[in-house]
Amino acid sequence: MIDWLQKLGRGGLSFFERLGRGNLFLFHSLMGIPAVLVKPGLMIAQLYSVGVLSVQIIAISGVTVGMVLGLQMFNTLTDFGAEESLGPVVALALVRELGPVLSALLFSGRAGSALTAEIGLMKATEQLSGMEMMAVDPIKRVVAPRFLAGLLSMPLLAAIFSAIGILGSYFVGVGLLGVDSGAFWSQMQAKVDLYEDIYNGMIKSVVFGFVATWIAVFEGYDSVPTTEGVSRATTRTVVHTAFAVLGLDFVLTALMFGDD
Amino acid sequence: MNKPDDAEVLVKIRGLSFSHGSRVILDNVDMDMQRGHVTTIMGPSGTGKTTLLRLIGGQLRPKAGRVEVDGKNVPDLNHDELYELRKRMGMMFQTGALFTDLSVFENVAFPLREHTRLPEALIRDLVLIKLEAVGLRGARTLMPAELSGGMARRVALARAVALDPMMIMYDEPFTGQDPITVGVIMQLIRRLNDLLGLSSIIVSHDVAEVSAISDRLYMISNGQVVAKGAPNELRESSSEWAQQFLNGRPDGPVRFHYPAEPFEKDLMSAA
Repeated sequence: MIDWLQKLGRGGLSFFERLGRGNLFLFHSLMGIPAVLVKPGLMIAQLYSVGVLSVQIIAISGVTVGMVLGLQMFNTLTDFGAEESLGPVVALALVRELGPVLSALLFSGRAGSALTAEIGLMKATEQLSGMEMMAVDPIKRVVAPRFLAGLLSMPLLAAIFSAIGILGSYFVGVGLLGVDSGAFWSQMQAKVDLYEDIYNGMIKSVVFGFVATWIAVFEGYDSVPTTEGVSRATTRTVVHTAFAVLGLDFVLTALMFGDD
Repeated sequence: MNKPDDAEVLVKIRGLSFSHGSRVILDNVDMDMQRGHVTTIMGPSGTGKTTLLRLIGGQLRPKAGRVEVDGKNVPDLNHDELYELRKRMGMMFQTGALFTDLSVFENVAFPLREHTRLPEALIRDLVLIKLEAVGLRGARTLMPAELSGGMARRVALARAVALDPMMIMYDEPFTGQDPITVGVIMQLIRRLNDLLGLSSIIVSHDVAEVSAISDRLYMISNGQVVAKGAPNELRESSSEWAQQFLNGRPDGPVRFHYPAEPFEKDLMSAA
């Protein structure tokens, strides 16, 4: 019993210690952002590797999800004779939920894990220590540009996901299943609200981008500098981001759409 | 042995203690590293030699004691003051710690680009001068992955002297290198120290190599200084530590056997 309590206590203490370290790290990273804005070259290189290189997986997933969604929704809506509502149903599902959530999960798997592994390996090969000894702050030089790049990329990737998803569902619904093209677009235009739906979806993707990038860079920076340590940190990035994104999605959805 | 006066001492360590959790790494260590000298810290693996370098560079904070570099107590410095001091310190890591995404040229140019606003033409000349000094001017376009271990260390050395520091710290510069590379690095350390008016601190357990180029040696074991002096003084000293270490004896003050209960008792206990 005492052993069990001790274990619980130790676990709790290490959890809060890590949480504290994570918050301090976040604070330092945010403090490093002005320096990145002065030298944007570093961030632009990261925007390419974090953002541009993620477009492919986001686009392919987006079109697949959109096509499946179009097919499933069509079958259900046909039962009620409401297949003309396919456009708004698919658009709302993508813009409000699937776009931000799925692109955050994909982002974490593609870019987040790469960020963790890169920073973790830089730590393991003493590149971060070397930088510190050359009087260059690795949080400003390495972490802050990656953090900002992740933050800017995520909303754009989520928007690409949703837009391509809508095209995928158009292809299936209108192209293959015969829904009227005019009804598809006009109903979507009428039902999807810029503020209520699109802005809220964007806010979600900004929050998810912030959390996913924070977790990725922190896990890399805080990893045990060994092969095994970096591998564990990479796994933790993907798992923790999934938990955080799904949990936050519920909270944000309740706050944004709870009183509809 | 004459004690150097304060003006000659670049790094002055007094009562330095450091522990990692409950494990004591350094226990009340005193050292003086003189300006212009090559000072070597020797000792068996895992005795806190690298930790000592990290304490001098301010990457770790001591549990107790003072680490004065050029008159400033490193643990007392704030972030900005520490970074200012580090601009005048170079460090060569065991692995070289080169940035793998930058070429040899860009690695050496890195501290210059970060800390100066020199025009590109001048940066190019400075980098080429540093690379020429380590014999790798011709390798400037290579990436770190294309270099041998010895070349990577020489590039790291060129990078460490890029800002013309007052001192350089070397972490195990000879480990795992072939005899030619060891000879090259030995010669470079001594030559750069004397030509550039540097002070050098080497952490190593390669006895023959460091004895040949050091002005002063410190031996540490179990977190304490167990012997010190010029290489020839130590060779002739009666210190058992010095004799065991310099002659590579398997048993002595540093035990061959990891502490355990008596062998007979251990064997019989299974019956």
